Order: sequence, then C-alpha cells, then structure tokens
Amino acid sequence: MINFQALFDRQDWEQVKSSIYAKTETDVEKALSSSKRTVEDFKALISPAALPYLESMARLSRQTTLKRFGKTIQLFVPMYLSNECQNICTYCGFSFDNKVKRRTLTDEEILQEASVLKQMGFDHILLVTGEANHTVHVDYFKNAIRLLRPHFANISIEVQPLEQHEYEALIPEGLYSVLVYQETYHKERYKMYHPKGKKANFYYRLETPDRLGKAQIHKIGLGALLGLEDWRTDSFFCALHLDYLQKTYWQTKYSVSFPRIRPAEGITAPEYIITDRELVQLICAYRLFSEEVELSMSTRESEKFRNHILSLGITTISAGSKTNPGGYAVEPDTLEQFEISDERSPQEMAQVITDQGYEPVWKDWDRSYWG
Amino acid sequence: MTKPLIIAGKTFSSRLFLGTGKFASAQQMQDAILASGTELVTVALKRVDVHNPQDRLLDHLKHPRINLLPNTSGVRNAREAVFAAQLAREALETNWVKLEIHPDPRYLMPDPIETLKATEELAKLGFIVLPYIHADPVLCKRLEEAGTAAVMPLGSPIGSNKGLKTLDFLEIIIEQSNVPVIVDAGIGAPSDAAKAMELGVDAVLVNTAIAASENPVQMATAFKIATECGRIAHDACLAKSVTHAIASSPLTAFLDD
Repeated sequence: MINFQALFDRQDWEQVKSSIYAKTETDVEKALSSSKRTVEDFKALISPAALPYLESMARLSRQTTLKRFGKTIQLFVPMYLSNECQNICTYCGFSFDNKVKRRTLTDEEILQEASVLKQMGFDHILLVTGEANHTVHVDYFKNAIRLLRPHFANISIEVQPLEQHEYEALIPEGLYSVLVYQETYHKERYKMYHPKGKKANFYYRLETPDRLGKAQIHKIGLGALLGLEDWRTDSFFCALHLDYLQKTYWQTKYSVSFPRIRPAEGITAPEYIITDRELVQLICAYRLFSEEVELSMSTRESEKFRNHILSLGITTISAGSKTNPGGYAVEPDTLEQFEISDERSPQEMAQVITDQGYEPVWKDWDRSYWG
Repeated sequence: MTKPLIIAGKTFSSRLFLGTGKFASAQQMQDAILASGTELVTVALKRVDVHNPQDRLLDHLKHPRINLLPNTSGVRNAREAVFAAQLAREALETNWVKLEIHPDPRYLMPDPIETLKATEELAKLGFIVLPYIHADPVLCKRLEEAGTAAVMPLGSPIGSNKGLKTLDFLEIIIEQSNVPVIVDAGIGAPSDAAKAMELGVDAVLVNTAIAASENPVQMATAFKIATECGRIAHDACLAKSVTHAIASSPLTAFLDD
C-alpha cells in the first residue's frame, strides 16, 4: 500500500503552485458544475480565477453543508495542559527560545480547569500541549484523559506526534480525535521554521496521520498554518493529504482547521497574508471538495468574521478559549500560545449561533461508546 | 381507514417515523414532530445526556404520543453497538433500538456483517431490534432468522434526498418479508414517501428532507399526508400497469361473433 510520503514526493511545490495560478474561469466553472470534485477541481476553486465566483461558491457551500450537517454547529473548547516545549518554531509563543516561565498542570489543576469548562457548558474538549517529551509524554496524556473522561463526552488532543502504538494505548482510555497540523507542506522552508527540536523532522510529522489511521483513531484533524507560505499551495497539499487519507483509512472521520498566524510572544508578522475574502474562498472550496469533512473555526478570527462564516460551511467552532495552561481557573496569566481575537463567552457565542437560526450542539458523542 | 402497523406487538396508527437530527432548534424539532403525527422518533444516543433528566433534546421529546427509538449512530462494530444499546435500555427505559453500524463516515454505509452479528446478540438479550441496512434481500432474511423486529433498508444514501434508488430490491424485500419493512434513508420528498407506501412498505423514516427544508413544520405536514395517501392507495390495490395496449374495440372481436 502506498503511503502519503510516496505520493507527496511525486509532487513538486513550484509546479503545483504554477498550476494553481494558471487555472482559468473555465476550470472554475467546470469545478462548480461537477458533482464529484477532484483535487484538480480543488485547485481551480482556490485559484485567483475563482475569486469572481465567490458568491456562487458560498451559496453552494451553504447548501451542501445544510444537507449534510443540518442547521447545527458543534461547540468545543481547548484546554492547555502545558506550555513547555523543546522545539524552536519561529511563529509560536511556546517556542523553546522564549525565555518565559513554563508550567504543566497537575492532576488537581486539570480537574480545576475541567470544572470551570463544565460550568460553561462544554462537553467536547481539546487537550493541547507543547512538545516536551520529558514532561508531557504518553503516560501524562493517559493520566489526563483518565482524569477527564468521567467529565466530558468527547476528548481530543493536539500534542506532539506520537508513535502508532502510543495512539493505540490512548484510544481505549477515551481518546476520540487527534489534531496534527503539518504547519507547511513546503519541505525546504519547513526546516527554516523549525530549526531545532524533534519537530524539525518534516517526514515524521507528515506521516503522523498515517500512524493515526493505522491505529484506527475515530477522527483526524488536518490543517496548514496560514501565513507561513503561499496559502493556496499549502492548502492544495492539505487537500491532497485529506483525499489520500479518506481513501486509505475509510473508517476514520476528518476535520480541517484554518489557523491564521496570530500575534504571540516574540513573533513577527507573517510573510504571506491570506485575506478574509480568500479565507472564505478556502473554506467554501474545502466544503465543495468534501461534503462530509468537518470544518473548524477557532477564536483566532474576529467576532465579525466568525459571525458571518457560521452559515458558509463551518460545522465546529470553539468559544471562550484560553491558550495558556491554567488559563480558565488556575493561573490566568501564564504564557499564552497566541492571542485570541474573539473573546466572547461560550454562552454569548451560543446565542449568536441561535440568533442565526442554528442549534448550538454541545454534545455529539458519548463516553459510554468506549465500553 | 387503513390498517394499523404492528411492530413487535406494538400498534402504530402513523406509518411515518422521524429522525431528530439537523433541526435548527429543539423547539422546531418538536413542532415538526407534532405536525407529522408520528408516534416513533429515533434519537442518537450520542446527542443526548442520558443521565440528565433535564436534557434539552429529551425534554422536547416528552409527549404521550411519542415513543423513543434510541439509535446507535457513531458505533463502528457489533461490540460497541451492543454496549450502546444496553446503556440506552438502562437510561431511557426502552428495549427498542435502532441498530446503526456504519463504519464509513463519508457515506454512512451500513456494515452488513457487524449488523447481523449485533442483531443476533441483541435479540438474545431481549431487545426489539430495528436495523438500518442496505436494500439486500438476502440480508433481510438472515436478519429475520436472527430475530429482528423489522428491517430498515435504505432508499438511497443517508441524507442524500435522492429517493428510492433501490426500488427493484425493495420490491423483492417486501415480497419476501415476514417482518415490517421500513424504508430508512434517502427519502427526499413527500412523493418518495407516497411511492414507498404505494409499493407496500410498512413505514418510512424521514429526517433530512424535513429538518433541512425551509419550513420543517410545513414539510412534516406534507409528509404526513403523503404517507397516508400512499398507504390508502396501496390498500385500495393500484390498478396494474401493462406494457401492451388493450384497445376498446379489439381487432379480434369478430372471433366471438
């Protein structure tokens, strides 16, 4: 069986980029009228040639999302367990070279944070850490999931890539999904953004979804960090990855997120900008490419943007997020990974969802399913 | 007046069953359910907090006419399905379960092998099992042998609103079945429901076509009427269609002179 690395290595970044920018209005129209869209259609939909078709894309995206997901939006919240990190990543507030105080939550602190999030109404939780294998390792995750499992219906993680057997060990504990963003699919420039630490190994990260698929995880979350490289080219590779994974690990669900680089400790402005208009184009393109993929929106985006994007293809949204360990209850002033943009409370966000004629869904899984 | 439907000894006067997903609010779902006249609604175990008597979704389903049919949506194999059914039985105090095992999250195609295994196990445990399946006549007979209370073949992929794409197989299933046949998935318009009823299915289950319409309450009413209409037509025995013309003045009439 072919793995994604082999498929990826057949591609050339510059050629892919050129082919996206060479797409014409005819290609876009073909993609829009197609009932089963290919990765070539995806290229057309994210190309500059598709921008004049944005309204048509948005209408189709809304229609397709309504058919598949109905008038519902799922809510989740991140819980940062640790900001310790051994990696240097030039865009991240947790970067090893940021000489700031680090902390990792204890059992008691994890439960303290959980209690506050439960009171807010959350039942789906995303556990986040930096990459510090000596403190936040598979045993730490196992313990955290065991602690939280009685309190939440659905537990996801966004941590360092693990080995297949490590994921296999976490799944019976109650792990539902794993989010692992490639950051950028530009192999050479990836090294520049990740000069030190285990994360510098491009292919180890690239093959993480394969390890997750083999471990039979319920859901894999993909994404590229928008701002590191040309967003169109990165997004094409992410869509190619999604397409490969859907065909290979057919029992797994998938989600895609759209993180735009946000201000953080020691971070300069991104070199590559994706505008609001282009981000809408990208979200709609994903929906038209994959009717069933969950599309997730974080609090990195502004209130205005989040209000309007709700009905254009997004199915999952976070609210009231803190990006620092202990940020909800234990120690609100620890180092945050990045500044959030939408600071509305979960209840305020739920009201916005309701006002738009959608139902905020707090629970769509059950811990009893773990047996 | 059409005959009532009986499943596992329970009588239903409405042959329209509803799903509870995809509605814009719990209130809208309740209004649509009441407008439809249904007596059986399926609810995803994963969506409700079974330990919370004040759960918003369950709260809106409390009505003397409504029977709850918990479904196992989200499970990927027989083992998980049996566990979920047991939890639902304990929490919702019903031994009825809509068995959904679709390990494929893209098209939500039911797994026939795991479904048969789970049906065998659940029937032994005293459950009233209503399995969501492909329109596979052989599987239906195997499920009957395993003790299923009904069979729920799909009309077309779930949520697709494409109607009765499996018509030929549904006809065979109806002809052979000793248990009620309920078309589940794919029904996209009231005319599909009417067609299914005319064909002789015992009931239809509808969700997306109602929940994702512009006016779910009005659409639920339309489905109510269409289902009743189709069943009345079925009971009245539709006049058979023929492929050859029968002239009112036959060419061979002179032979009878």
